[in-house]
Amino acid sequence: MSQAALPILSVFPSRALVDEKFKVLVENLPPGCPVTIHSLHHSEDQDYWEAYGHYISDDRGKVSVSDDLSFGGTYTGKEPMGLLWSMRPVLGSRKGLRLRKMNVCTPMLMDISVYSRHDGFRDQAPLASVLIERWYMAPGVRRIDIRERGVRGTLFIPPGPGPFPGLLDMWGGGGGLLEYRSALLASHGYVSLALEYFSPGQLQTADLEFNYFETAFNIVKDHPQVMPHRVGIFGLSLGSIVTMALAVESRIVRPRCCVCISGNHCFPPGRTLAGITGEVDMNYDKVRVDENNYHIWRDVGLAIMKEPSSKLDMGKINCPILLVNGHDDQNWPTVESAEDIAEMMRAAGKEHLLTRLEYPDTGHLIEPPFSPHFRATNFIVNLTKEKVIMLWGGQTKPHSDAQEDSWRRILTFLQQHLYCSPSPKARL
Amino acid sequence: MDRKQCCVKLSVQPSRGLMDEKFIVLVQNVWPGFQLTVHALHQCEDGHSWEAFGHYAADATGTVNVSEDPSLGGTYSGVEPMGLLWSLRPVPGSKPGLRMRKMNVQTPMEVTISVYQGHQTEGFVDQVPLAGVLVERWYMAPGVRRIPITEGGLTATLFLPPGPGPFPGLLDLWGGGGKLVEYRASLLASHGIASLALDYLTPKITIETRKMVGIEYFETAYRVLQQHPQVFSSRIAMLGLSFGTSITLKMAAYSEVVKLRCAVCVSGSHVQPVDGSVEQILGYFHKNSGKTRFSDENEAIWRDLLLPIPTDSSLKVDVGRLQCPLLLVVGEDDQNWPAYESAMDMKEMMERAGNSHLLTILSYPNAGHLIEPPYTPHARSSFFRTVNAREKMMALWGGETVAHSRAQEDAWRKTLVFLRENLF
Repeated sequence: MSQAALPILSVFPSRALVDEKFKVLVENLPPGCPVTIHSLHHSEDQDYWEAYGHYISDDRGKVSVSDDLSFGGTYTGKEPMGLLWSMRPVLGSRKGLRLRKMNVCTPMLMDISVYSRHDGFRDQAPLASVLIERWYMAPGVRRIDIRERGVRGTLFIPPGPGPFPGLLDMWGGGGGLLEYRSALLASHGYVSLALEYFSPGQLQTADLEFNYFETAFNIVKDHPQVMPHRVGIFGLSLGSIVTMALAVESRIVRPRCCVCISGNHCFPPGRTLAGITGEVDMNYDKVRVDENNYHIWRDVGLAIMKEPSSKLDMGKINCPILLVNGHDDQNWPTVESAEDIAEMMRAAGKEHLLTRLEYPDTGHLIEPPFSPHFRATNFIVNLTKEKVIMLWGGQTKPHSDAQEDSWRRILTFLQQHLYCSPSPKARL
Repeated sequence: MDRKQCCVKLSVQPSRGLMDEKFIVLVQNVWPGFQLTVHALHQCEDGHSWEAFGHYAADATGTVNVSEDPSLGGTYSGVEPMGLLWSLRPVPGSKPGLRMRKMNVQTPMEVTISVYQGHQTEGFVDQVPLAGVLVERWYMAPGVRRIPITEGGLTATLFLPPGPGPFPGLLDLWGGGGKLVEYRASLLASHGIASLALDYLTPKITIETRKMVGIEYFETAYRVLQQHPQVFSSRIAMLGLSFGTSITLKMAAYSEVVKLRCAVCVSGSHVQPVDGSVEQILGYFHKNSGKTRFSDENEAIWRDLLLPIPTDSSLKVDVGRLQCPLLLVVGEDDQNWPAYESAMDMKEMMERAGNSHLLTILSYPNAGHLIEPPYTPHARSSFFRTVNAREKMMALWGGETVAHSRAQEDAWRKTLVFLRENLF
């Protein structure tokens, strides 16, 4: 017994940003030994999320998650980050859960453990376990509550003297104030304002003049550490609609570039944001449900798109725009919308400003990489105030690949348009 | 060039790392061939500021990668991925004789890494850098538990790795300056070893009774570790530096209670009165203090106190009795202890006794006495007071910064390998 080797588990880095990769290594196992590597996270909402992969040690008693194949579990194949993106609520959890970090000043803690065996691995204590931290905020990023000129949000400022490019960051129809993407963008060198524009379920009654968003944009632009001509807009879902509307319709703001995830261009000109929901309300009968009673809204969007006056004239856009969409988006026909946008821009000679990324088997909620995929989650419908489960779409593996790929391309796009290049880069 | 027009991008990966992990410092988006200075600034716990810097020229893509590109000058030169840390030195105007040691291991060491235009050597604090980031360097990995230990009259801190265990254990001893120094033990726990940092020269019991501890103190520490439910009782090591080596060798060779799986002795010697108590051993060194020499800068050189290595066997630990693997780490420029000479004598003793297969010696030219975990500044001399001395003196530790820093990196890596081989 005292001669048996003790397994050694290590994860590098043990403290990382949420979009950084890690290496998980197990050593000192017997050769050819079946083990299961497991991740566990206790969320702010008190739910447990887990993922695991079944591995077999090599002839030197090693398992390297980055290099070896998982033979089963919540992910298979060579998946360096599978222990994170394939996480799902443990058996017996509540339904329709979504994992979102609300307090970005603390890290997400995950237990990574190695167990003996594949089947029934949970029956015994793990051989070894380590704790890792995943952060949305890099050291030195500053978080500032914004309550000014009627605008509510949180501003994140990178460390250093600046000045920095800026971003206005908007989420979608679920409402509330989500800070994590802005915190992450600040960790990449952008002053980013996470904007709250209505409370969950309150879209109808939210007092949302177009001007609210223009003021928010200017708060970023006017900040002493922001370069006023290098402010972009980042939106997802409903936030994308606002983004496009600002780029096309606003006479006050001029974004340097726009990123629109899972968005569409259905924003009747001249009307307020709450007016958008009027369009949805009128077509609410087109909402379908699947065999699980999950809400599918994409046909509502298709109906709205048939109405030319419901759409923004994307030919009027004057800045680079990146559209990121999933082919399996069950919430909104975002790919069809992107097609239509492309045609409008082509007709206006603006096609060179458009970049489209469209991913197979990818759903609506395209988030920063390595976060779990949510195919359907709880949602409060603004019109009826009912709690439903909304089908967002996507299959876990392709959706996670899309999150990883799109984030990398989004950061490159932002770097290209918001951080200047001092000279043409030599290409080898 | 208008600074506002060119947004330099600076990144350090990882931005939160352990103290013994490497990082990659990348500067991007400058003009090709652009001259810049990468600067590190740290304010340590006692309020002193330390800085380091390297001069670089960007390549054709407008990038500087500190891990791959040579520094053309500064506090370090050449390709030195970690030069910004190990070449840190007190800023101009600081007090002499400073040594950087983190006493609170529960918070990280924070270093500000900045990029300045041109090749600068001074006045950094008066300028605005082109970019700056904050880097955290931790002595504790996430999940490591810090447990103060007072049972059995000990003054100690136990660091337990995360996980169910059981873990191999280690007793961690520093040297003649006393105090409870935790950072090496917490770092070892971050590598999976349950480590007990032990204060044996200035523990509460000595402060209160004015008596130095006896051998039983160390045996108690060993037992506390051994009996801990999460420690593997048959896999306990001991690691000592300087005077800590004297204790470690004594325990390893003579204790009936302490059964070590392996031992690591850094910058120490086996020379001591064999049956002496801690107090008597210190007394033996003190008796020879007339052999103290002084450098041109009036720094005390204490290496001669134990020279020549005695032939009298009652004055050296009989390392021929050792039954566990022993790793000796010595700096050939150690001005404080004759560690190299002692290592050679120990080797000879073990060859004669037939147990030299247990011995590994790591001997580093131009390294000094304070061979510590890597990437912290090298102190060639500093103010120091041994526990039984009345005043602080400038002690000469020795070592030349570049060689010493390389030695620290190499020795730490090999120490971890040695511990892994023998404990896991």
